[in-house]
Amino acid sequence: MSPSPLDILSTFAMLSLLAVGGANALSPEMHRILVDSRGWMDDATFSQLYALAQAAPGPNILSASVMGMAIGGWGGMALATIGILTPAACLAWTVAGWLEALKGAWWIKPAQAGLVPLALGLMGASGFILGEAAAFFVLAPFITAGSALFIWRSDRSPLFVLLAGGMVGLGVYALG
Amino acid sequence: MSETRTPTPGELFWGFLQIGGLAFGGAVAWARQVLVDGRGWMTEREYAELLGLSQVLPGPNIGNFAVMYGRRCHGLMGSLAAVGGFFLLPLCVVLGLVVVWQEFGQNPWIGAFMKGVAAAAAGMALGAALKSGFRLKPPPEQILAILVIAALAAFWRVPLPWIILIFAPICVGMSLRRAFVARAGV
Repeated sequence: MSPSPLDILSTFAMLSLLAVGGANALSPEMHRILVDSRGWMDDATFSQLYALAQAAPGPNILSASVMGMAIGGWGGMALATIGILTPAACLAWTVAGWLEALKGAWWIKPAQAGLVPLALGLMGASGFILGEAAAFFVLAPFITAGSALFIWRSDRSPLFVLLAGGMVGLGVYALG
Repeated sequence: MSETRTPTPGELFWGFLQIGGLAFGGAVAWARQVLVDGRGWMTEREYAELLGLSQVLPGPNIGNFAVMYGRRCHGLMGSLAAVGGFFLLPLCVVLGLVVVWQEFGQNPWIGAFMKGVAAAAAGMALGAALKSGFRLKPPPEQILAILVIAALAAFWRVPLPWIILIFAPICVGMSLRRAFVARAGV
């Protein structure tokens, strides 16, 4: 049964406000709703599409666009993308407005500075989680560690490190 | 400290286009690279503070970041320019990939290359966190908080909403207390 446009829009709009921490945090809930609850796609399709979205550059939230495309073609893609982005963007807009209004208050700077540990802790954790998920072959953790070191200690473009990682991946496959 | 420059809406669009187009495996590390190191639009501290807020709010981290940073620079125009630039390329690439995937299935060589890229991209997030952390020199209680948060999220896989509900008030409280003490001391 193909879902109505309104179904697609409202489903993804609801997911939008659950995505605290971005799409990686969202994936279990998205799976529960799209596969188990609505039955819009099967398990294998979901995981392949999710991997595809991970492989592309940019925010992983676009896995929603990919799912939308599988559910309802180009129209479904547009609705899913609008649905997943709009509510969160409106909230961020509102919060940015509060920040501006409160700019003079003495406590707003330290309050924001208090969020720095969350930013850095979660950034580091996502590196570990991604690294674990990417450990498809024995050398992979070494690529991850080498890349971390390069980014930390060097100011050269990270593109070098990504390319080098890709070449090592190719080499392992060719020899493998 | 504040040798930063406010970009025009056009520059915002191009800057975030670059962030989105380059951001394999997540945009957070690339955003830091472009905004702090590359263009000098933000200081290390401004970046980390706005990023912290973006992570506490629901939605894509750098998407929220683009909305708020764009608004700070140029109001609605700035937000639209930053967000539009950020999502444009990744959306095109990902949809292209879906079309290719539906056509050709999986090529093992491309798969092998992408696996290597994924491993290196993971290191990028780690390296960016280390770089920011060492430059910002947070006070000891914040260093402890960073380590605890990272361990809870990475090793115990505590769901993110819980981490944020618990640690946002604690960290903000600690920071406010420090500022309050400093203020009372003057």
